[in-house]
Amino acid sequence: MEKDPIIEKLKEEFNTSILEVTVKNQKRITVSIKPDSLPGIAGYLYKNAGFRFIIASALHTKKGFEIHYHFSRDNEGLVLNIHVILDKKDPQIESLSNMFNASNWIEREMHELFGINFLNHPNQDKLISEGNWAEGVYPYRKEFKTPEEER
Amino acid sequence: MSFKSHCFKKSLWVFHFGGASCNNCDIEILDCLTPRHDLERFGILLVGSIRHADVLLVNGSINNHDRERLIEIYKQAPKPVLVVAIGACGCTGGIFADSYVFAGPVDKIIPVDAYIPGCPPKPEAIIAGIVKLVQKS
Amino acid sequence: MSMKTLIPIGPYHPLQEEPELFKLYCDGEIVTDIQWVTGYNHRGIEKLSESKTYEQVFFLVERICGICSTSHPFAFANAVEEIAGIEVTDRAKYIRSIIGELERIHSHLLWVGLAGHFLGYNTVFMWAWKYREPVLDLFEMISGNRNSYAMFKVGGVRRDIENYKIVAIRKVLDDLRKKTDLLTGAVMDDPVIHARTKGVGILTRQDVIDYAAVGPTARASGLEIDVRKDDPYAAYPLVNWKVITSKTGDVFAKAEVRLLEMYESISIIEQCLSHLEKEKEGDITVKVTEIPEGTGNGRAEAPRGEVFHFVVSDGTNSPARHKIRAPSYVNIATFKKSCIGQTIADATITLAGVDPCYCCTERMAVAYDAGSGKQIMNGRELIENSMALTKKLKSAHKERP
Repeated sequence: MEKDPIIEKLKEEFNTSILEVTVKNQKRITVSIKPDSLPGIAGYLYKNAGFRFIIASALHTKKGFEIHYHFSRDNEGLVLNIHVILDKKDPQIESLSNMFNASNWIEREMHELFGINFLNHPNQDKLISEGNWAEGVYPYRKEFKTPEEER
Repeated sequence: MSFKSHCFKKSLWVFHFGGASCNNCDIEILDCLTPRHDLERFGILLVGSIRHADVLLVNGSINNHDRERLIEIYKQAPKPVLVVAIGACGCTGGIFADSYVFAGPVDKIIPVDAYIPGCPPKPEAIIAGIVKLVQKS
Repeated sequence: MSMKTLIPIGPYHPLQEEPELFKLYCDGEIVTDIQWVTGYNHRGIEKLSESKTYEQVFFLVERICGICSTSHPFAFANAVEEIAGIEVTDRAKYIRSIIGELERIHSHLLWVGLAGHFLGYNTVFMWAWKYREPVLDLFEMISGNRNSYAMFKVGGVRRDIENYKIVAIRKVLDDLRKKTDLLTGAVMDDPVIHARTKGVGILTRQDVIDYAAVGPTARASGLEIDVRKDDPYAAYPLVNWKVITSKTGDVFAKAEVRLLEMYESISIIEQCLSHLEKEKEGDITVKVTEIPEGTGNGRAEAPRGEVFHFVVSDGTNSPARHKIRAPSYVNIATFKKSCIGQTIADATITLAGVDPCYCCTERMAVAYDAGSGKQIMNGRELIENSMALTKKLKSAHKERP
């Protein structure tokens, strides 16, 4: 099931960075990677493989801060989700906005809503929070009880 | 005849303030000017500045960011001014009332003279509402 | 040493004057930089979605934007049905596509009207919106509401389009074709409109790729991307139609793409109606018992481009996470490329060319003087500035022998 050419290529170039590959069907694939390898893999997809960046979705789960970067290969209708899990206490990851402009705003938004820090972002200014909520408040963060508290 | 009724006897000049809205109401308001309903034949004009307006139309759920602007607009409006809350969002906040950025329905921020519910209210409903309001004042 | 002046760009809506979306920095008459300030339209929809059941979310996402109201339920339905592995009936597919295409028509007509207004052609505005009314009447007949039609549900559609309604729909479409000919002729053949829109607000193919722009904004620059063809859904693979592109990437190309797309939409609807007449009435939903754990990537082609919904399900009755990306989110950023280097008078039409759905994203704004901090031109004045240029060009054209 993992015979898709793009997966083969990614494994060839970035073997040690890939943690897991989930192929739902030939048009929907999710690849979990180590956060450090994001710029390399995203660069490969954008520059070499002709993918278009759709958007990035951040989630706050018990595992930590997860981000799905969604890429599309339009002529095949393929959506490739690159999935990373960031640290619970200090979530940060390299910004993609120096590579292409498409991710500039969504990284600013994820920073405001979740408090994720995008390293080397050209201008991590406020996008939507001005006047709406205070600095240091991250409205989309959730409160998770620790296992001790749940007992 | 009271001063207020005297002011609103003839053609009404309307200023529109959109809060955090989905634009349905904005489009239906604009629709009132287009050939099918053509409010301009009654002298009802949409003006670009609140200082020229007799009526302030407010629609959209008001978030924290808009709240200050709305209060400022209301202060700048030369009194008497009639305030109309349009649409479910304007009247009660609609489906967005539970949001963390919701700053209360319009009547919690400024006094409202008329409510025109609907999502969005049809142009006929908007016109009927304005007519009722003018007759009442 | 030239002083940089900051000019705000007024709201897209010709009636609103309130700040804030774009701050234009100008050197004399030329725009040199743009900044964007937002927050005015933020409603916290993604978070609201987590507290609603899947059925309730349809009503919520419909109200993200009034103009592309159906594209969001469309993409959301695609995402949830992907998680649950559901395929809807053929009849539901045709009905979904009919609603989607009727919306495309009404949205493009709305755009033509507003673009005409910005250029100073108020008659075009009135005509375009007058011809929109029969389409809204059709929506009212089919769904009960002129906007926000609530036609979608997980597993199908909520209302059928019975055969007796099809006659009325065909009549409106026939009429609409003639009216579109009229509008297209009036807009495409006018030399002053050519002067105002050709070569204005150019977005190159490389810009489009860099900003990952979508929809007519991208297709006007030669990029042939359309979710309906690339990642087919609903009835689009079952009928014949083509993707419209143009080459020059200027405002004229964007207008051309939108006008020609209307003909394709009319054709798609007519084909879907023919199929509906052959299908059995009433077969519009499949039974759905639960949404299992999983993730779904749902896409739809809204009038402005690709709408993308990412839904994470944890097996309960509500989404665990619902990420929504409207096309204007990526398209508006291209303004930085298409507007810089233009004159102030061209700024409004360049902005309109992208067809920003400001509630899908945020709302437009006004400007200030960079040096003194004073406001130079507000939104209304910017539009009037644009209209004045058209007037000047019109009289120059008349004077030519």
